[in-house]
Order: sequence, then structure tokens, then C-alpha cells
Amino acid sequence: MEEPITVRIATLKVVSDPAVLVCRGLGSCVGVALWEKGSGIAGMAHILLPSEEFSLKKDNPEKFADKAIELMIDQMVKIGAIKSKITAKIAGGARMFISAGPSERVHVGERNVQAVKHKLEDLNIPILAEDVGGTRGRTMEFETASGKVKIFLADQTMKIL
Amino acid sequence: MANKIALSKFQLDALVEVGNIGMGHAANSLSKMLSRKVQMTVPYINFLPVERLTDMFGNVEALVAGVYLEISGDARGKVLLLFPRDSALALADLIMSREVGSTTILSQIDQSALMEVGNILIGSYLTALNDFTGLKLRQSVPKLAFDMIGAVMDFLIIEISSVAEEALVIETQLQEPSNKIKGYVIFLFDPGSPELILKALGVDK
Repeated sequence: MEEPITVRIATLKVVSDPAVLVCRGLGSCVGVALWEKGSGIAGMAHILLPSEEFSLKKDNPEKFADKAIELMIDQMVKIGAIKSKITAKIAGGARMFISAGPSERVHVGERNVQAVKHKLEDLNIPILAEDVGGTRGRTMEFETASGKVKIFLADQTMKIL
Repeated sequence: MANKIALSKFQLDALVEVGNIGMGHAANSLSKMLSRKVQMTVPYINFLPVERLTDMFGNVEALVAGVYLEISGDARGKVLLLFPRDSALALADLIMSREVGSTTILSQIDQSALMEVGNILIGSYLTALNDFTGLKLRQSVPKLAFDMIGAVMDFLIIEISSVAEEALVIETQLQEPSNKIKGYVIFLFDPGSPELILKALGVDK
């Protein structure tokens, strides 16, 4: 098995050969795994924000849900993926700190999840599985050979998406 | 509004000095709470691009207890106290007068105790800052999370991204000699606030 490739915060990675891509320590960020089964071409993004309007600094498109997903698909199609066959699995968007008082405005994690779902829906990319929200951090591991996504929690429990 | 700030060596030194004195006060409070000597250092103070904040820590999957609170008043910001897992457990043991090493899971009471540590540390720091600058600063009720460091920190990056490109980070270590308790305090001041503090210190030029 290949050494996992870490997809760091606000970056993305596209591969054509089998690889293990991993977003480590997702809290309110969202990991997006895109996969085109036939070619095995895959991509993963570690999304920080919904879109440019939420950031003062706009020079890095890979941190925004809308731009990163588009970029990833462009790169995948360029190396041979069939756009209409791409599927998605997503994880993250937790609210790590909970206040005892009444809950605040829409949380940044929730906002990220909504933005990712909205963009995928716009592009007609089906979400095959998701593990979002909640109050716990996640590490998301994506085996591009099988399309399998594993979610690890801090207490070492694991589930497969 | 400047969201990218170039500080002179002199200004940085002034901020470090405030950090030192503030953390000195905080260490004293903690020493009293634990009835033993606690030392603090300010090993690192600088502006970092917000997206690279988690890079300060090598392994983003390492377990930490994070105490988070917000500062408001004359200057605004956010504070995150991080205790690596073993330190958090040892600290809870010390506060609850148990033998260090006897805790493996943080109970509700342990969690409250850690939040109280956060309250006291930040409270005494802000008091010191007030003595120096006259700036009135309030702190919110602390919140606690026990999870992977990346997960505990990323919402901060998300929140600060909308107002700043860089964050003023004051990373402090606290050390309790016999038990190797380590902690980090990360201050993220909203834009404008560092200049305000420098001005109040009389080193804005």
C-alpha cells in the first residue's frame, strides 16, 4: 500500500494512479473526495471556507468550496475522467466548541457543509456518502483504488463511507 | 485598515514584554491554584498567515484539550489555550488533588477545572495588559474541546480569515517542573487591535 498523501488545509490533490489521500484533523473544515470509478481518477480537497466573500485574502482558490470543487473537476477531466461519472463523498463541518447558552448564528462548519453540497448539486455530482456535523474532529482517508473512504475519530474508532 | 502589519524590532519587543509580564501574572495565579511553582515563557510572538496556523504543530492529529474564549472591549480577539493530552490529564489530577497519572479520561468536573484554569490564566493576562495600557478588555465564558489539534483549531482559521490575512500569535509555554505540564496560549487579535495595543504602550511610531 502506498504512503498516504496528506491534503493540507486549503489545498487539493488530484491523482490518476492508485493512492491514499488523507485530510487530517478536520474540525469545521470539510474534506471532499471526488472519484471517477472507471478511470480511477480521483481528487481530494481540504476546504476552509464556502467562497471568496468569506475571506479577505482571495489569492488561493483551493481553500474555497465553490472554486476548489470546480478546479478539482477540471484537473480530473483534463487527465481523462468522465465528468458525468464523477461521484463524491464528504466529511467534516463539525462544531468543536459548544456553548452552554443558546446556540449562535449558523456555525462556520455548517456553512461549509452547505456550500459544498450546494456546489456539488449545481454540478450534478451525486454525494454517495457523508459524515458531517456533530462535535468531533475527523481524519478522512480516501483509497482511490476502491473509492473507499475511512473516517477516524480521536478515540481511534473508525467507520467506512 | 491594515490587515498586514510590519512591526519594528522595537515594537515586537514591546509586545513580547507585555506578553512576558502578562504571562508572569498568569503563572502566579496558576501557582496559587495548584500550590506549586509554575513557570511560563514567551518563546514565540509573531504574525502568521492565518491559513498556516496549524503548521506550528507538527502532528495535527495529536490529542489536545483546547479552552477557547473571546476578548472584547477596547481591543478584540480570540484566545485558544492548548494542553497536549497528557498535560491536560496531569493538570486535572493536580487541580483535583489526585495522584498525577491516575486520570485517563476527563470527567465533567475535570473539564470544568480546565476551563477554570483558562479563565484564570487569561484573566490575569488581561489584567496585566490593562495595567500597562489602560485598555479595558473583557473575556467571554470559556468553552472546552478535547480532540485532534487540527480539528480544535480550524474554526479559528475560518473565523479570522474574514477579517485578517495574518494573525498576531503569542505562543506561550507553561511548565510545572515535576510533572512536565506543557500548555500553549495562542492569541489572535482582530485587525486594528495590535496597533491599538502598541499605541497604548506608546510605541506606535
